[in-house]
Amino acid sequence: MNKVKISAKNIDVFYGDKQALFDVSMDMYEKEVTALIGPSGCGKSTFLRCINRMNDVIDICSVKGNVSIDGHDIYDKSIRVESLRENVGMVFQKPNPFPKSIYENIAYGPRIHGMANSKTDIDEIVENSLQKAALFDEVKDRLHQPGTGLSGGQQQRLCIARAISVNPEIILMDEPCSALDPIATAKIEELMNELKKEFTIIIVTHSMQQAARVSTKTGFFHLGKLIEVDSTETIFSNPGNQKTQDYITGRFG
Amino acid sequence: MGLFLILLILTIGAFGFFIGRLKAIKLRSASQKKITSLNHYYGYYIAIFAIVPSLLVFLAITAFQGYIVEVYVLSDFIDLNPNLLASDKNLLLAQIINTSEGIKLFDEISPLITDAVDKYIYIEELIDTLTYVIVLSVAGLLSLFAYVKIKSNLDSRKFVESFLLILFFTCSLVAIMTTVGIIFSLLYETLKFFSQVPITDFLFGLNWSPQRVFVRDSGDLDTRDLQNAFGALPLFAGTFLIAFIAMCVAIPVGLMTAIYLAEYASPNLRDWAKPIIEILAGIPTVVYGFFAALTVAPIVRDLGQNAGFTVSSESALAAGFVMGIMIIPFVSSLSDDVINSVPQSLREGSYAMGATKSETIRKVLLPAALPGIVGSFLLAVSRAIGETMIVVMAAGLAAKLTANPFDAATTITTQIVVILIGDQEFDSPKTQAAFALGLTLFIVTLLLNFIALQVVKKYTERYD
Amino acid sequence: MFDVSANLKKRLKSERRFQILCITAISFALIFVLILFLNIFSSGYSAFYKTTIAIEVDYSQVIEDTSQFATMSDDEINKLDLFRFSKKSIYSLFPDIEDRKEKKLLIRIFSIEYEDEIKQFLIKNKENINKIETVYLTASDDVDQVRKGNYPRDLPEERRRIKDIQLEYYDILENNGRVKYVFNIPFLTRGDSREPELAGVGGSIVGSFLTIITVLILSFPIGILAAVYLQEFARSNRFTDFIEININNLAAVPSIVFGLLGLGIILNVFGLPRSTPLVGGIVLSLMTLPTIIIATRASLRAVPPSIREGALAVGATKMQAVMHHVVPLAMPGALTGTIIGLAQALGETAPLLLIGMVAFVVDVPSSPLDASASLPVQVYLWAESAERGYVEKTSATIMLLLGFLILLNLAAVLIRRKFETKW
Repeated sequence: MNKVKISAKNIDVFYGDKQALFDVSMDMYEKEVTALIGPSGCGKSTFLRCINRMNDVIDICSVKGNVSIDGHDIYDKSIRVESLRENVGMVFQKPNPFPKSIYENIAYGPRIHGMANSKTDIDEIVENSLQKAALFDEVKDRLHQPGTGLSGGQQQRLCIARAISVNPEIILMDEPCSALDPIATAKIEELMNELKKEFTIIIVTHSMQQAARVSTKTGFFHLGKLIEVDSTETIFSNPGNQKTQDYITGRFG
Repeated sequence: MGLFLILLILTIGAFGFFIGRLKAIKLRSASQKKITSLNHYYGYYIAIFAIVPSLLVFLAITAFQGYIVEVYVLSDFIDLNPNLLASDKNLLLAQIINTSEGIKLFDEISPLITDAVDKYIYIEELIDTLTYVIVLSVAGLLSLFAYVKIKSNLDSRKFVESFLLILFFTCSLVAIMTTVGIIFSLLYETLKFFSQVPITDFLFGLNWSPQRVFVRDSGDLDTRDLQNAFGALPLFAGTFLIAFIAMCVAIPVGLMTAIYLAEYASPNLRDWAKPIIEILAGIPTVVYGFFAALTVAPIVRDLGQNAGFTVSSESALAAGFVMGIMIIPFVSSLSDDVINSVPQSLREGSYAMGATKSETIRKVLLPAALPGIVGSFLLAVSRAIGETMIVVMAAGLAAKLTANPFDAATTITTQIVVILIGDQEFDSPKTQAAFALGLTLFIVTLLLNFIALQVVKKYTERYD
Repeated sequence: MFDVSANLKKRLKSERRFQILCITAISFALIFVLILFLNIFSSGYSAFYKTTIAIEVDYSQVIEDTSQFATMSDDEINKLDLFRFSKKSIYSLFPDIEDRKEKKLLIRIFSIEYEDEIKQFLIKNKENINKIETVYLTASDDVDQVRKGNYPRDLPEERRRIKDIQLEYYDILENNGRVKYVFNIPFLTRGDSREPELAGVGGSIVGSFLTIITVLILSFPIGILAAVYLQEFARSNRFTDFIEININNLAAVPSIVFGLLGLGIILNVFGLPRSTPLVGGIVLSLMTLPTIIIATRASLRAVPPSIREGALAVGATKMQAVMHHVVPLAMPGALTGTIIGLAQALGETAPLLLIGMVAFVVDVPSSPLDASASLPVQVYLWAESAERGYVEKTSATIMLLLGFLILLNLAAVLIRRKFETKW
């Protein structure tokens, strides 16, 4: 069994007066894919955004509780979100490449974090990241064309390449395939299997099949509460909770 | 008298409305047949016939009245001197009208004038009476005609609605007519101007001194005066210099303000800071002009002199600086819109990479919003070029080619005002030059606006 | 693992720098608003007060039996020649002065219309006039400015308009309790004047009012009907696109170009009378129309199609659906747009300069066909005047102008708050 990478304890999240997460505690393990499932609006994305503190961006959102990565409390005052996010990458629901060239999209992270000193360093990072995201062969001839010109699936892989360009340890994926067609989805899933050798991956998905296909562990969220978390096999074959059972058998959601 | 006549017409219209409605009510009770429209549409039917044509006739008569009077009253003078100048005609006419009202400006009144005064009183009365007769009979006859036409099968609603539609359409034509009017009035005078002064002299000449040119007694001009008096290049340079200074203030401050409000400020702060900054846009420009001339210009002069420069008391810097302040809200609110229209996902993408706020703004948001921001800058430039009061009150009047912000500079708008303020003879190249400047200004601002709107439109389409 | 690296430290520093820059920019703008308002208010509020000086007037020297004044009509009193009498009344303040030059300087402490003021006092109180009355006369601008502290007394005499001896007179009068500082009502009711202490904004307030009413009468109906046509009835074709582009461009044409239009067409072709609120109103209407049309179209667009469909479904014609249902719902937005347009028109100066609304007008205009100035033009006129006294008048006029603008904008905000429907 891998060691615990991320540990969330008693997380409550509020949007203004409205509570979105209730006392969520969950451990996620190194170099595994953990899937978060549940009906829409159940708080799974909110929980995901606690892990790289993306909720800070929203003015009215406040987070209570404790999230630690490798034992470091990431909500501690001494932690800068910039260095946190350098280590915790994120891929979003809709592909969001910057309106710049493919090359510049990937060079962005390494540049701002001062990870490369010369053009050749950056060239190398760009190529490596694209290779890892299984995109290099498709775009190597047009690295300096706008990233927004790629197809949806390619854009999403570009975003994955961008996320891994700064060598994070964790990658958060917020329904990364919801805007993609089945073929592109298959490609991304294949890629995840590859990536989990190197990265800890947390994925939010509302496709149960996807969760079953890619993840080792699965957490089920409902109405802001974490109902159940267990190995994917157990969740899908023998869930401990009636609600989980109802959801995965399609009675609601 | 006009007002009274209009009231009479409206009264006839109102009366027509009632009898029309009455007839419809009678028709309805008398005949078993269905009547096409509601009663009041028959009322409107008559009212439209009574009011609209008679008002048009009235307007037409009024429009030509002045011309008819002038031709009739001045006929004797023109017989004597066929080459009477337009300005002299106006003077004569004014004298005649004044005398007829009992105002004596001159002790002696020539018999010719006395005759003309009699003629004037006669024709004015004649036209007035005729107007009443014609307009009222048009209103009355057409009401009668409409009354007779009302039958149970007359679709008066359709008539009324078509009339309204035409009225609405006419209203929307006002915008076009305004543009046509602007272009016509500018072009007409400008072409007259360019028939006397070559366009190249105007656009590239270095010497602007229209005061030197005035119509001689004989009515013709010294052509040497014309050649060297209308070089507008110093004005273009002055306009550009002041607009440039204004943009140097407005762009950084406006853009940074927009960034702060859009990206950093708490909703609370935004709620009260935004309206305060927009106050700057609501302050009349004449107030800025006063402030620039009275408060800022002396400060600029003192500061400059302390730093060892020679600063004129009406420096381009003071005018440009205050103009820049005026433009801040334009830049900031337009840029604010543009920055806000950058999708949130781009921000999140950048934050998720571990970028700081300023990195996100400088490296992702601004490049993404660049076309829109450039568009807003262009609009601001066009605003600066067309701004009048600040420069009239705080910039200089003397035209000289300079790039020194401490010098006095004059602008296109200033010169238009200087030339046209107060009374002036209308047919001189000097006044025409003001229209030529106006046309230049119109074309430049139109181009800037057109480009800016296109750029902004393209940009917003990109993120829709 | 999350150590703050040297690189990050640098980045955070630059982040702070950027933020400080932003805050500087916004504070600059905010502070400027503050300075502008403080500057205007501090120099302008004193114009609402004026200095008056009491003199004793022996009306029995005009007519022995002062009760006879009651039988005279106002006209008759106005026709009396009280010039020498008024002068004498003033001289009686300092009976010892013999020198003619000094007498002249004494007279100059008072505003030039002292004779008229003595008459007006008579007219006002003719029913029961006493032999000797105390009349407060308006002080001259120089004295007024000294009283208000706008005029440094310690300048060498040859550099100030007010002479040492006049200051001496004034100080004596003040010590005798003859100087009164009162609310300057004539400032709000009178027309312009060559004497700063007598100049008022009444004429330009009325002029502005007449102009704005003209704008309202012309641009409100035309603007709304045009917007209704373009938004509800016009089919989208090249011509309506052209109108649309036209309107957008007109909204950005510099205001002075509208002044040229007014001069070239409205004055010279149509021959309407120069310098009048009517012409000013027409020119400003053309300028305001785009604002009104754009705002009205926006609020028409916001009315959901279901309203139109609902009316059409019960058999209304398109015209009825629009006029009975859509337009009333869009009215608050149209009104707000109109008021904002009016506020712009109220503050506009440049086009009025070109159509001659800069005339020096002493009389308060009584119709849109009388020559008149407007508030912003008055600001321009007085700002160009050299006399010290006009500075506070200019600032005070600006205060009034800003006050009216604030009222208009407040009205717009209230209408929006009260009637705005979110669909």
